[in-house]
Formats: sequence, C-alpha cells, structure tokens
Amino acid sequence: MTLLDVKGITKSFGAVHVLHGVDFRVKAGEVVGLVGDNGAGKSTLMKIVTGIYTADAGTIELEGKPILGFDPGERRSLGIEMIYQDLALAKQQDVAANIFLGREPVRKVLGMDFVDRATMKREAQAMIDRLGARLPAISRPVGSFSGGQQQSVAIARALTFNPKVVIMDEPTAALAVREVQGVLDLIRQLKSEGIGVILISHRLNDVLSVTDRIVVLRQGRATANLTTADTDMAEVVSAIVGGNDMAEAAEHEARG
Amino acid sequence: MTSTPSQAVAAPSLWRRLQTGSIEQLHVRLESLIVLIVLAGIMAMLSPYFLSVSNFMNILLATSTIGVLAIAATFVIGSGGLDLSLGSVMGFSGVVGAYVGVNWGMPMPIAVLACIGAGALAGFVNGTIVTRAFVPAFIVTLGMLGIARGLALVISDGRVIYGLPQAMVYLGQGRPLGIPMPVIIFVTTAVIMHCVLAYTRYGRHTLAIGDSENAARTAGINIEHHRRTLYTLSGALAGLGGLLFTARINAGDPTAGLTYELTAITAAIIGGTNLFGGRGSILGTMVGALIMGVLQNGLNLLAVQSYYQQMAIGAVLILAVFIDQYQLRKETRV
Repeated sequence: MTLLDVKGITKSFGAVHVLHGVDFRVKAGEVVGLVGDNGAGKSTLMKIVTGIYTADAGTIELEGKPILGFDPGERRSLGIEMIYQDLALAKQQDVAANIFLGREPVRKVLGMDFVDRATMKREAQAMIDRLGARLPAISRPVGSFSGGQQQSVAIARALTFNPKVVIMDEPTAALAVREVQGVLDLIRQLKSEGIGVILISHRLNDVLSVTDRIVVLRQGRATANLTTADTDMAEVVSAIVGGNDMAEAAEHEARG
Repeated sequence: MTSTPSQAVAAPSLWRRLQTGSIEQLHVRLESLIVLIVLAGIMAMLSPYFLSVSNFMNILLATSTIGVLAIAATFVIGSGGLDLSLGSVMGFSGVVGAYVGVNWGMPMPIAVLACIGAGALAGFVNGTIVTRAFVPAFIVTLGMLGIARGLALVISDGRVIYGLPQAMVYLGQGRPLGIPMPVIIFVTTAVIMHCVLAYTRYGRHTLAIGDSENAARTAGINIEHHRRTLYTLSGALAGLGGLLFTARINAGDPTAGLTYELTAITAAIIGGTNLFGGRGSILGTMVGALIMGVLQNGLNLLAVQSYYQQMAIGAVLILAVFIDQYQLRKETRV
C-alpha cells in the first residue's frame, strides 16, 4: 500500500530550476534512500513534502489524501515528520519544550489554556529513555548538549507523535560510529512498526545497509529507482554521477 | 561533540541548584534577584525612609508606566524582534484617549478603549509591515516612533489636553484601599502577562520563535501571524501605559513617553531577557524594572542629583548583560 505518493513535483527559485517533475513513492514499513549529489534537489523535495516550501506543480498524497493544501503544522499532525540536517532545535529551550514545540499539551486553569509542563517532562523523559539516549538533564537548554545528544532530541521530537512517515536528512553525518549504528537500528525499528522512512544520506554504505529501495535524484529528476537487494555500490554511484560516465563512476567508487 | 561523563554525574553545587531553581520555578535569574535584594538592603541602611509601605507604593507607582512598556518590550524582544516606538505610541495613545474624552466628551470606558485601541492599531501597522513587507523591525518601529509622535502633536495641535472625565482621572489618581490605581492595573497586567509568557502555548511559541525561527517554522508555528499579534500586543500595552500616564497627570500630553522605549528595553534586559530573543520572563522584567525603580528612589531619598541616577542605571545595564554573556559563554556551545 502506498503511504506517501509524490507526483510530478516541480520547483524553481527564481531562474534556478531545482526540481523538474519528480515522482516518488513510499510504502508503509518501507525504508527508501534518497541519494544524489549536492544540489540535486533532495532537501528541497523533502521540504516540499513537509510544507516548508510550496511546490510550483505536482501533487503529494498521504494515504490517498492530497496534502499540498496543508501548512507544515497540519502536515505534522497528519503524520509527516522530518529530522532536519541542522536539527532545527530551539537551543535556549529545554528538551521537553523542543520535543513538544507546536504541540504542547494544555490543561484548563480558570478558563485559560496552560501548557502542561508535568506531562511534557514526563513524556519527554520516557521518549528519551526509549531511544536509549543519555542526556545530562532534561531540564537544561539543548544548546548545552553535544551534537549527538542534540540529535537524540531532534529524533525524539519526530517520533513522539506516532508519525506515519519519517524523513531523515543526513541523520548520521555528524555522529560517531557507535551513534551511527544506533540511528540505523532505530530506522529498522521504525520499519518494523510499519512507519515509512525516507533516508537522505551521502553515506552510501548506510543507505545500502538499511534501505529497501534507493531513489537517485540527478539534476532535479528521479533518474533511478533501485531495489536495494538487487543493486550494489557501483550501480548507485553511477546513477548519482550520471550513467554514461562509467569511468568517473568507477573512480568515485574506488575512492569510497 | 565530546560529552564529558564527569559533567553528567558531578553533583551540582548549591549555587547552581539555586540558579536553576530560580529560573525554573520563578522564571527569574538568581543574579537579578540578588542585585535587587542587595540594592534594597543598601538603600534601607542609608535612608530611614526607604523601608516603609508608603515608599514601597511610591516605587511601584513610579515604575507603573515604564513597567507596562517593559512587559511589551519583553514579549517583542523575546521573540527576536524590537519595538522602538513604545514611548511614542504611548504618547500618541494618551493624546487619543484625552481627545476622545475631552473634545468628544465621551464617557470613560470609550476613552479607555480609544486609548488602548489607538496603541494596538499602531502596533498592528508595525507588525503588518514587519511580516508582510519584510522591512526590519528596527526600521519599521523607528519610523513609527516618528509617525506616532507626529500624530500625537497633530491631534493635540501641539498642546496639552486638559480636563479629562473624572472617572478616567480615577484610573490614575484613585487609591482604593490606599493602593494607587496605576499600581493595581500595572501589577494585575504583569501577573496576567507573566502567566501568558511563561505558561501558555502563545508565550512558549513567542520565545521559541526568538530562539530559532527555523525550529518554530518546522514545528508548524505560523511565524508571520504570531509576530503580527506580538507587535499589536506591544502597541496595546503602550496604549495602556499611555492611559496610566495620562490619567495620572490628568492631561493628554503629546510629548509624554519621550525615550521611554529605551528605559523599557533596559528594564527587560536587566531582568534577563535575551536581546536577541529566545529567553525572557515578565517576572524577570519586573525585577529589572524594580532594580531601576529602587535605584532611582533610593538616590532621590539620598538627594543625589538625577544626572548620577542615569549614570547608575546605564552602568547596571552594561553589568547585567556582561554577567549574562559571561554565563552564556561558560555554559553553551554556540
């Protein structure tokens, strides 16, 4: 069953055409790798899915329902979450405030809606524990944490509200080896829970080890749609740099 | 990248625990509180008149107008914005309220609404231009500083408007149970706005936007709409400040509130508001405003020339931000 269906998305920034009609599908419980060179349009495409950018043309459906008319907040509540490369955290706020930003639970006091701090703290702690993350203190500003710890907060933010699709933009780029394994295990766990995962990464080894399918974006087009089980590093690399130039591709691969 | 394990297990010192406790429970920086208490202690030792209920009321009364503007400054600066038009909008609103009450002969409630409404309208214009035309807040509100002041002078023909309705004067000069009305209105407003900033989604989103627009936007917060409401709120509070001032002096003065925006911003910053947004609380700002009020009041009692008072407040401002920056450098990775 197709969970997320992206069709014919085009996007230009002024005279720069970034996406020329991209098609893209994710099924429930499927992990799709989205790869391509810098400037291929990966992040732009994903920001259109989350609603940060608006598409010039095309449609996006979640479980058969068109979602382009919704704003980023509404798309989150429909179940589309993204972990941004820059993490998009509010660094002076604490862990709970970040995890619940935009969706704070409230309780009525004298007819006014007050943010329910106790619930937020409790659930934030539970989520952090579930992820097996170690944070110095949940009540400290996230700006005082290490990169890996901040990453855990960003992941917790994306997973707390039972998402259907989780987009991860370079989730392992800033992590140590052990932490990378943690993120890959997490992706497998999400898959087993029936969540669709889109993984943007330059680390092709990670992509090959954890995905079911790999979609290659090249100059604003989805130029390849490979089944991970039937492909290898060489094919992926060649699709990224352009299928005709095998010599360059081989060299790229040799470099690792 | 490296998280030192020792940092995670080391038991926090008493000072550290007091600091976090003060911020978490009261939303006030411990340092500001201590400065206020020490300052009050010194003044009490130096002047026998300082520690009395009536003098305490004097301080609150003198702080009330600036205090209301400082609440506005906290919200706007906390969101990463700036409102330089506070003082001018306050003067403009006061004149509008007086004009409606005197020249149109409207009853008190209408004049009050006109006063606050005029401020809100000026703030709405600020917010709309900032969010829709993408002109920086510094420029927009600097422009409004001139426009609102000019409008106040045009409406009043450059003269002070005398003879407000009695019910309106009561808001400035009345003393139910011996407590001046401006103090009652100011403290009530501060308590409500403290709860809004510290405990409601609106308030939390305000600080989140000031902290990281990116984080707020990706969390689905409508930043433009939020910003516009903030500037409108700021204008409305400036209008309330104008009302208190006008009612207290029983006249609509078109030059009222000159440079008050700077004093209000100073109070907010001394109280721990981050100049670049993301952190701030109304209780903290009230402590900041009281530090300035106590300093002024104490130096007055000691018959120190007011020139020195300005110098003292300037020094306190710089010191407050120095302590803040020092702590920030020590604690966070930027």
